[in-house]
Amino acid sequence: MSRSYTPGLKILSRTKIIKRRQLPMKGNVHLKIGDIVKSDEIVASTELPGNVQMLNVANKLNIEPENVPECMLAELDESISKGQIIAESKGIFGMFKNQLKSPIDGTLANVSEVTGQAILSEPPIPVEVDAYTSGTITEVENEEGVTIETEGVLAQGILGIGGENRGILKIVTSSPNDELTVDMINESHKGMILLGGGFINLNTFNHAKKMGVAGIVSGGFDYTDLSKILGYSLGVAITGSEKIGPSLIITEGFGRIGMAKRTYALLSSNEGKFASINGSTQIRAGVIRPEILIPDELSNGECIDYKEADLAISEGSLIRVIRVPFFGRVGKVRSLPPELKKMESETMVRVAEIEFEDGSIEIVPRANLEMIIT
Amino acid sequence: MELEELSGRMILDGEKIIAPNEGERGVDIFISTSSAGGGLQMMVGGVVKSMTGESAQRAALGAGAIVMDVLASNDGRMYHEKVQRIRQLRPDMILLSGGIDGGTVTHVVELAEVLEAANPKPRLGMNYKLPVIYAGNKNAREPIEERLGKITDLMTVDNIRPTLEEENLQPSRDKIHDLFMEHVMAQAPGYKKLMSWTDAPIMPTPGAVGEIIKKIAEAENISVVGVDIGGATTDVFSVFQGQFNRTVSANLGMSYSVCNVLAESGFENVARWVPFDMDETDLTNRIGNKMIRPTTIPQSLEALIIEQAIAREALRLSFEQHKEFAVHLKGVQTERTISDAFEQTSSGETLVNLMELDMLVGSGGVLSHAPRRHQAARMLIDAFLPEGITQLAVDSIFMMPQLGILSTIHPEAAVEVFEKDCLIRLGTCIAPVGKGKLDQIMLHYEILLPDGEISGDLKYGELKLIQAPFESLEVKLTPSKGLDVGAGKNEILKTKIFGGVVGIILDGRGRQPFNLTEKTEKRVSQLKEWSEETNEYPQLENSNV
Repeated sequence: MSRSYTPGLKILSRTKIIKRRQLPMKGNVHLKIGDIVKSDEIVASTELPGNVQMLNVANKLNIEPENVPECMLAELDESISKGQIIAESKGIFGMFKNQLKSPIDGTLANVSEVTGQAILSEPPIPVEVDAYTSGTITEVENEEGVTIETEGVLAQGILGIGGENRGILKIVTSSPNDELTVDMINESHKGMILLGGGFINLNTFNHAKKMGVAGIVSGGFDYTDLSKILGYSLGVAITGSEKIGPSLIITEGFGRIGMAKRTYALLSSNEGKFASINGSTQIRAGVIRPEILIPDELSNGECIDYKEADLAISEGSLIRVIRVPFFGRVGKVRSLPPELKKMESETMVRVAEIEFEDGSIEIVPRANLEMIIT
Repeated sequence: MELEELSGRMILDGEKIIAPNEGERGVDIFISTSSAGGGLQMMVGGVVKSMTGESAQRAALGAGAIVMDVLASNDGRMYHEKVQRIRQLRPDMILLSGGIDGGTVTHVVELAEVLEAANPKPRLGMNYKLPVIYAGNKNAREPIEERLGKITDLMTVDNIRPTLEEENLQPSRDKIHDLFMEHVMAQAPGYKKLMSWTDAPIMPTPGAVGEIIKKIAEAENISVVGVDIGGATTDVFSVFQGQFNRTVSANLGMSYSVCNVLAESGFENVARWVPFDMDETDLTNRIGNKMIRPTTIPQSLEALIIEQAIAREALRLSFEQHKEFAVHLKGVQTERTISDAFEQTSSGETLVNLMELDMLVGSGGVLSHAPRRHQAARMLIDAFLPEGITQLAVDSIFMMPQLGILSTIHPEAAVEVFEKDCLIRLGTCIAPVGKGKLDQIMLHYEILLPDGEISGDLKYGELKLIQAPFESLEVKLTPSKGLDVGAGKNEILKTKIFGGVVGIILDGRGRQPFNLTEKTEKRVSQLKEWSEETNEYPQLENSNV
């Protein structure tokens, strides 16, 4: 039987979830293998070098650069405080000395006899990495981070913005096609992750932000609204570091597109549970999809782990079309003809024959299909 | 294995390539390029941004790198901002230049101190030192070594700009290639095995494309522009007056960075190439969806037209960037004082002269795999606006990088394969330069085709396609008053040109300026006319677009 590999989003009711939590540079890992963690627990921490400031000592003291080291009153790596005199010129016969005060609290990092500059370093910036999801530590990378494993629901979106957030999952629309509107969100939704339907506009997003919502999951969103939230046009789909309030995940794409029924049904059935949401996306080599995780190690469901072969489309596979003219429609693969077919655009491509939910049959390029992994 | 299947010869003996060739088995040589890990990502530094900074950038780009940032003493950023930027970017390698030999030491050392304070870590792997190449004032080598010797893997090469009048890029480029092999590639999985197979050093893919473009220009003594438009980036290569330049527009591409093309060009500039009226929200959502579903293919004619409209803008913007970068050396002192030389920096004239351009070669999916070659020709013409007489071609199967490496071992073979198998000759564009008026005749043409002579007039605003094979054809072109077709204003040009799979395209839409009307209705009707005349979208007439 003919098969075709195609990208797909994971919509899994119970799967093994493995999360690597890494420091940006080497530091301390606080836990050991076998430890059980909660999502907000700090697993590792480090200190990033503080911001540096350059002080032109030669200019300020009106001396030659090569004389700067001997005029310094502070030693290298010595702690200094704001206002402390750190350099002094020799003056004339010990008089008319010029002095230089430190503009910051920090340390003296370097003094250059070539440039006449002193480099001051602000105190280091502490960085902490939390667990993000509850689970068990299964691996510790010395000084770098940990791996956490758990089981539960995993639903991936196509694009997200905003980084990690957490909260109780709440359904606010009555169907996957409904638009999430302002009147559906109120103060009781503070700190929650809201599940919408097919669309949300900028106005509603801003209202949710005002209400303190932690995350929003919607089928579609307008690209122009996204630019307004970010304050710039998203040129490349690499996101996650934006400080926008709620994390926003769109599951289908730009425009008004009903959320896939399976995604909506799976998340709806977990309403009221504690979820972790991450809008970080990278659509480049080493793809990262935004996700909603609902860890649930206590229930006794069977874990479904998919294999590479599950990503292969074959006859009978459930798919969604991801480009016009059938964008967003769900159907089943009837056949995968081996020969190339000419499309309306005259592009010669490998195709699939698709039977849509309404019974209609159409030919679609295989590259425009997405496998629905359930 | 796939190669063995396709070629019908045994190539592998276990995990080894059989070389040299043993009759029915093996190959003569095995070569490879690499764009592993997103290619070679570099930062460069120089004292004056538009002088040593630009020379360093040229060296890195020519070696096939993506330049993430240019640090310079005069780049307007505060010291701590530079430090933060280095920490944030985490390049694969840094090229530090600055100062002519015997010139400023203080400023170069200041840059080294910025690097020292940043204590940069390489992008891939936490456990090795970042390679830094120093190619600046030779008098500053000692203080640079003192500052960077311990914390980085510092290498010193000859000054990139030994005097204001001279640029010496090769030692830096060679060192970049060496370090790319030793450090960056060494982090890529499977590298060691690949290394043991190849008979020539592995090059960064775009560096190899540059090599073949240089060889072609040299072998035929012509001016060439090559463009490779990918999903994320667009590379432009040019050789004018024997000088090679490469630029990478890191975020102008057809899928991963397609929204950036829209952001940089603006909705109006994309929509001006679409022969139907489009709502802005609809168009931006469609382009956004291409970004998040980068591997999809245009099924409908409408989707194809929109994609090719964006390609025109991505190509145009990349070429604009290239023109600004491919310039005569800035800061060269003529009969001026040194302070004038600094002021002169913004006036480095571009080397790119479209009237001088002999051949324009396109590569990348949207050009090489356009359903009709006519579409590729139109995209190249609309984006680059070639002037006078210009040959057009596309790379059939993206063979240029491999031929680039081959050209370092066997230049004649590389040039021959490039000419015969790699290039698909589209034809020639003839475009008179100058301002035209409605109904004005721009050009009278006489072309000797294999089946007889044809002649006619080209009016302002017209595009004409004349089918002609890829052979040498005699032409006589008489431009109207005030226009230039290559021999000078008002001068008749008699020369030989080549046809191709598309033919000869006569472009009477004007150059300098080239303008499309802003009135939607008129623009749509013009686009449809041009499309029909050049056989671009013949199905447009019957479609419901």
